[in-house]
Amino acid sequence: MPSITKPLIPLAPLPTNDLGLTIRDYEGAMSTLCAGCGHDSITAAIVQAFWELAMPPRDIAKLSGIGCSSKTPTYFIRGAHGFNSAHGRMAAIATGAAAANRELTLLGVSGDGDSLSIGIGHLAHAIRRNVKMVYVIENNGVYGLTKGQLSASADIGTRPKKGEANVIAPIDPIMLGLSMGATFLARSFSGDKEQLVPILKAAVAHNGFALIDVISPCVTFNDHEGSTKSYRFVREHEVKEVVTDYVPVREEITATVGGRGSRTVTMHDGSVLTFRATPEGYDPTNRLSVEAYIRDHQRHGEVVTGLLYLDESGSSMHEVNHTPAHALAKIPVDRLCPGSAVLDDLMSDFR
Amino acid sequence: MTIDAGREVRVNDFAIKLANVNGTGSASANGLLMQAIFRMGIPVSGKNLFPSNIQGLPTWYEIRVNGDGHTARSLEYDLMVAMNAQTYGEDIGSVRSGGYVLYDDSWPLDAALLRPDVTLLGVPFAKMCLENFAKPRERILMKNIAYAGTIVALLGIDADLVAGLLAETFARNEALRESNQKALRLGYDYAVEHFECPLPFRVAPMDKTSDHILIDGNTAAALGALYAGATVAGWYPITPATAVMDNFTKLCATYRRRTVPAEGPDESPTVVNDYCIIQAEDEIAAIGIVLGGGWAGARSFTSTSGPGISLMNELLGLAYYTEIPVVLFNVQRTGPSTGMPTRTQQADILLCAYASHGDTKHILLFPADPKETFEFAVESFDLAEHFQTPVFMLMDLDIGMNDWVVPRLRWDDARTFDRGPVLTDEDLAGMKEFFRYANANADHVAARTLPGSDSKGAYFIRGSGHDAFGRYTERPDEYQEVVDRLKAKHAAAAAYVPAPMILRRDGARVGLVTLGSCDLAVREAADLLAERGVAADYLRVRGFPFAPEIREFIESHDHCFVIEQNRDGQLRSLLALEAGVPLTSMTSALFYGGFPLSAGQVVDAVLENLEA
Repeated sequence: MPSITKPLIPLAPLPTNDLGLTIRDYEGAMSTLCAGCGHDSITAAIVQAFWELAMPPRDIAKLSGIGCSSKTPTYFIRGAHGFNSAHGRMAAIATGAAAANRELTLLGVSGDGDSLSIGIGHLAHAIRRNVKMVYVIENNGVYGLTKGQLSASADIGTRPKKGEANVIAPIDPIMLGLSMGATFLARSFSGDKEQLVPILKAAVAHNGFALIDVISPCVTFNDHEGSTKSYRFVREHEVKEVVTDYVPVREEITATVGGRGSRTVTMHDGSVLTFRATPEGYDPTNRLSVEAYIRDHQRHGEVVTGLLYLDESGSSMHEVNHTPAHALAKIPVDRLCPGSAVLDDLMSDFR
Repeated sequence: MTIDAGREVRVNDFAIKLANVNGTGSASANGLLMQAIFRMGIPVSGKNLFPSNIQGLPTWYEIRVNGDGHTARSLEYDLMVAMNAQTYGEDIGSVRSGGYVLYDDSWPLDAALLRPDVTLLGVPFAKMCLENFAKPRERILMKNIAYAGTIVALLGIDADLVAGLLAETFARNEALRESNQKALRLGYDYAVEHFECPLPFRVAPMDKTSDHILIDGNTAAALGALYAGATVAGWYPITPATAVMDNFTKLCATYRRRTVPAEGPDESPTVVNDYCIIQAEDEIAAIGIVLGGGWAGARSFTSTSGPGISLMNELLGLAYYTEIPVVLFNVQRTGPSTGMPTRTQQADILLCAYASHGDTKHILLFPADPKETFEFAVESFDLAEHFQTPVFMLMDLDIGMNDWVVPRLRWDDARTFDRGPVLTDEDLAGMKEFFRYANANADHVAARTLPGSDSKGAYFIRGSGHDAFGRYTERPDEYQEVVDRLKAKHAAAAAYVPAPMILRRDGARVGLVTLGSCDLAVREAADLLAERGVAADYLRVRGFPFAPEIREFIESHDHCFVIEQNRDGQLRSLLALEAGVPLTSMTSALFYGGFPLSAGQVVDAVLENLEA
């Protein structure tokens, strides 16, 4: 399907952000996904989040693998460079782009097939390296472009549109992240922009690998009875207890929040993340209790959403490698070349 | 005491082979001997023929000394240093008639192994070390230095020079320095006392290496990447390429570290690394990292061997089609499959030329030795950015892991780097509109922008079908327009890759075409053939796509041999496919057992064919 340029219809003056840009400036081409696809709602949340953050589009690089979800970077932030790469390999390519230019805000979009089957090794190692990037899994439990095969995230008992119910244990990206030492783990639902937008903003501020698993129903192949990734199932089984607010560093914090289990975490860049409502005994900075909480709810067929785990104390890939504050790609090559005197000198080591 | 009466003396023209047990520390003793001969100004080579094993299996080292510079591997061994009882039979059997065998006579030698045409030189190395050294590990290690001492005496190597080299090596460890000197002296004195030293083949000082160095290709490759300004590297450990990245890491730690002054009075200065080397989870990730780095504008590379290239194929197609600069060092080993990881071969030529599915074609460079490896390595980064495409440095284990005597590496500070067409924000400001693949230059390359540049230059690249502007397409004509340009772009690189090296002889009707590490053996073979009345011209292919001179060379000879180290004649096939030379106009001479090539093998193959 070709990408279609979105017609710019003049509307009543739209609000602008700190850069004087309207939300339209963060949009991309017209989506060619199925009408009602959950992925389009995630696209809308991404547009909203980056517009609210007032991030210059040129500072963003969008990367994806292959699949329905991976087509979406063309539908948002047209002013950013984008790379629709190969199936499962986006995390590796993003790692290289991060190495070359740490000034970029990297936004990776992937799917459950891309991330949890063919690319699970790269995802696991990008988490381990703590590459500073936002990594969104648009998780629908099926392979859409090849017409509805179940993916590795399909729950036991899930029935594909055609064929037998799944009997193999699913891979939960949040559990994977917890065991790989992830520093930012969130789950959301494509139908819940109100929850997803602050999570995306917090993910951008996070100093490391921010994994967001977004359950995103496939209206064509996985929205029927017997699916655990359908709109109806998620709406009926979602446990939305970990509610967060993200306050950028430049905004004055005026909102006072309370309620049960409220706590704040200061992000690496000074911005503040508030867990407005967390269930009793839930500590989003304690790996063990997070895992126990999610597992407990899973046993009851419930899907816990929200920013589930956060560790701001970890070192990102660049800190571990002691790379300079600015992009390696911007250092002129002749400054990197040691020159003839050094080589002449070095030659005595080879005598 | 020297008695040469009745013996033919050969100075600076012989070969020795040392048979050892892997993991016993013999490599440093063998390397020491080669280095000493090099320091005496004599052309020399050392070939390590080692097993894929950490400890226990047989391993060999060959040293060839040749004052005329013929230092390809020789199969005529004048002296066998038999230090491995497991292989006595094979080793004693392989010495040339009239040659010598040095062995450890702490234990008696099986009478069945004796040869009437070979002189046995027994030295009680084990006994000697048992009596002189206390620690068990030292007794094993010092045996190596003791036999080196004996060889120093037997070959007439400058003993003071060797003692000096040991002192340099162990400058910081007095205990080890003394043990080594003692072992050297033990072996040396025993030889002088018991044998006629030196042997009829021996060394004598020359002045042919004072402007040379002793270096392996993997180190040279790393130096090339350093000098080319590479900053991002993704890699996965694999023999025989691992040392490329090990060396690059070491060099970067010395030459790419700088101190950034403190920003405020309360801050302290920090040390930063102007590089990022990532050991990946597999070769797919390694090349993925390189693609990401290249796309984002850093000079990026990987080092690997055949199995790694197999895994990288999919992303190499992506880099080719989306036009991302990528440099790969492929230190070839013996395939297929795991093959023989510690043996050399040139069998990835076709794999690399056409790596990936669909219509792909890549730029290949074929260095012959570490010096060319350094020079071509720098060149490969320029080519990758000039043509926005993957470039393969096709080395092999022989080049990568053996020490070679080559002229000193030089750097011209006036050299400029070719970064290819990249648009800056200022360039973009003067443009009406930017499209990634539009307005290609004379070499069919379109200017790119880098992520982070002005939004006017933002583009979306994809491995799926795109048109001449970079927009998604499934239209036949638009798709073909792009892949046809990529073909023309590849062809344009023929004028940029290193030109073939051609050496001519008067009246030659025979042509010898070869590549890479076959260089010295084939050049020596041409000399030997001339002595046998066959004048042969020489051409060494140094890059792909092929320069037109290659076709002209083949067409202008009655008989052309293509000499290469693989089973299927891959260079010959590629020449037929891509240079338009009929396959039947070239005869293959193929050597693919896994050891470096020798001139004798080439001469035999050529003469056998010409006589037939």
